Amino acid sequence: MHIVVCIKQVPDSAQIRVHPVTNTIMRQGVPAIVNPYDLFALEEALRLKDKFGGRVTMLCMGPPQAEDALRKCISFGATDAVLVTDRAFAGADTLATSYALTSAIRKISQEQAVDLVFTGKQTIDGDTAQVGPGIAKRLGWNLLTYVSKINAVDLDGRTITVERRAEGGVQRLKTTLPSLITMLEGTNEMRFATMDDMLRAARVPVRKWNKDDAGIEDITKIGLKGSPTIVSKVFAPKARSARAEMQEVGDGASVNDACLNLLQKIFTTHPTLEEETVDRLSA
Amino acid sequence: MAEPDKPQMAAAAAAGAAKTAGRSGRSTELPEHLKAYKGVWVFIEHDRGQVHSVSWELMGEARKLADKLGVNVSGVLLGGPADKLEDFAKEACIYGADHCYIMRDPVLQGYRNEPYTKGLTDLVNQHQPEIMLLGATTMGRDLAGSVATTLGTGLTADCTELNIDGRALAATRPTFGGSLLCTIMTLAYRPQMATMRPRTAAMPRRDESRSGGITTMALGIIETDIVTKLLEFVPDANRNTVNLAYADIIVTGGKGLKNADNFKLVWDLARVLGAEVGATRAVTQAGWCESERQVGQTGKTVRPKLYIAAGVSGAIQHRVGMESSDIIVAINTDPNAPIFDFAHHGIVGNAMQVLPALTHAFRTHLDKRIKRAA
Ligand SMILES: Cc1cc2nc3c(=O)[nH]c(=O)nc-3n(C[C@H](O)[C@H](O)[C@H](O)COP(=O)(O)OP(=O)(O)OC[C@H]3O[C@@H](n4cnc5c(N)ncnc54)[C@H](O)[C@@H]3O)c2cc1C
Repeated sequence: MHIVVCIKQVPDSAQIRVHPVTNTIMRQGVPAIVNPYDLFALEEALRLKDKFGGRVTMLCMGPPQAEDALRKCISFGATDAVLVTDRAFAGADTLATSYALTSAIRKISQEQAVDLVFTGKQTIDGDTAQVGPGIAKRLGWNLLTYVSKINAVDLDGRTITVERRAEGGVQRLKTTLPSLITMLEGTNEMRFATMDDMLRAARVPVRKWNKDDAGIEDITKIGLKGSPTIVSKVFAPKARSARAEMQEVGDGASVNDACLNLLQKIFTTHPTLEEETVDRLSA
Repeated sequence: MAEPDKPQMAAAAAAGAAKTAGRSGRSTELPEHLKAYKGVWVFIEHDRGQVHSVSWELMGEARKLADKLGVNVSGVLLGGPADKLEDFAKEACIYGADHCYIMRDPVLQGYRNEPYTKGLTDLVNQHQPEIMLLGATTMGRDLAGSVATTLGTGLTADCTELNIDGRALAATRPTFGGSLLCTIMTLAYRPQMATMRPRTAAMPRRDESRSGGITTMALGIIETDIVTKLLEFVPDANRNTVNLAYADIIVTGGKGLKNADNFKLVWDLARVLGAEVGATRAVTQAGWCESERQVGQTGKTVRPKLYIAAGVSGAIQHRVGMESSDIIVAINTDPNAPIFDFAHHGIVGNAMQVLPALTHAFRTHLDKRIKRAA
């Protein structure tokens, strides 16, 4: 079995600060991590490899330093890695990104046919959840998004059965290989890196492909040029003009007073809220 | 390298957008053959006899956009023989549509990417809308990504605000986990596609006097053409119990409550108010309550009339999910907690003391009122 797992290196968004004047992201000192959702995808791929044998190839489009993210994945047990990196890819939106990754997957398939491509359900910096569906459409493969569980893979019959999160429930779907899966969070605990794999991760060459190596056929479809969407404005969320009206409380009686005071403020400024609450509770 | 890297070059991109072609050589001018695309479409999502409310929220937004452009709004309904598509179409008009497109086929019973992508793509190619909106649900995001790629057009995910700039759709979405907002446009391609987060737009008013026409179209594929089979749909057991997105009052507890036992104080206050219970990610990760109750960027977006947050710091990822609540009340021991920067009322104090006192105050007050009402 040959699985490709697409990952992205992202800034740890929990540690990001926005420059108060320029409204740009201050990345200095913000650690770059593997997009957390992609690790769930990797874990699922590794489980299939444990079961069926074969190979897990990591794929990432990004700047040269994204090599670190790929090595991290090898330390968890992935077989090898490809970094698609070229200035021509800069400024890509999701449509252009899916084009570049699709070309690379086709190239990887020429070495050994690919049965499954995994991605995380979305990235934590872009949050679009669009690259996975885009790759599936371009490859003409079956798309399975928001997969929470892989129930069965039949390599001889070339089928896969999964559970996917839908609105208000779970769909059980059966489809054929090859397929593309975007993996939901938290399905399986991520494994620890073994000492062997950590050593291997330091040694294994990460292949770096430029646009020609990646087999890009139409250069108008990559990078900024291949991106239909245009960022016209970036700004910080509006700060509310006034801070909260605050009451400090100590112990005992002052707590009750503050609560009564608060209740009165809410219900006198929003009388309909009081009526509706009474109605709801009376019903 | 993808979208998230764009903020730094936004100024350059915006400057480029003003010219016919930016420094990158990409065209920002709409080609002649795409100028025929007219009208705003809303994909109406339904599931087991019910339309997802986000579709009506979008209908309200679509109406505003269409009025600015001077064009029509259409609802798009795909479904199987058992789905009440005509009834949904009538509803769509009551919420603001002028017209509906209906595609009914046995293979469209229950959502699957393949037939829905074909159906929606065919409809777009034939009737050429300039804007197409979908809910940022698991269905909407799955479908929108596939359709946009098939059509080779731009798609802006998870928007929180939609507007018209010139004649183009200006779609605003949070990026970098909500730390920044960016406005994205698709200038040289049609349709301009966007998905919008449930509950970021208000429900539009119903106007029972409104009605509109219906165009039906056939899909033209049969079950044996479709590779993916839907074996089973298992509805969530607690589907009707957790209704956070549409609750009028939400009491949310954060990590400041220290343990699962103290978190029960949140339930006590919620019960007295007939409210839903919410939680921060720190709380759901600690296992104090189910993950369906998480409010925020990776949880639910809510817009209740009253949001009470106890022991919640107000991190940006939480804030983006609840800041459009009408009244925000924060209880926190730390007067410098970020939540006080955007709450309306704050009590600086220990939640373990304040929550019981607040519960008592509301119970006493409401009990009197309820007796009078009875
Ligand atoms: C990719 C990503 C996505 C995320 N998505 C979400 C999301 O959807 N929703 C979400 O909520 N978070 C999300 N987070 C996490 C978020 O960044 C914060 O870590 C989280 O919201 C903090 O939760 P908290 O306020 O409960 O806890 P803390 O940040 O630990 O804050 C606890 C607060 O309680 C106060 N406190 C302490 N003791 C008391 C007391 N006795 N009485 C009253 N107050 C007290 C403290 O002063 C403090 O302000 C996400 C993070 C990342 C990286």
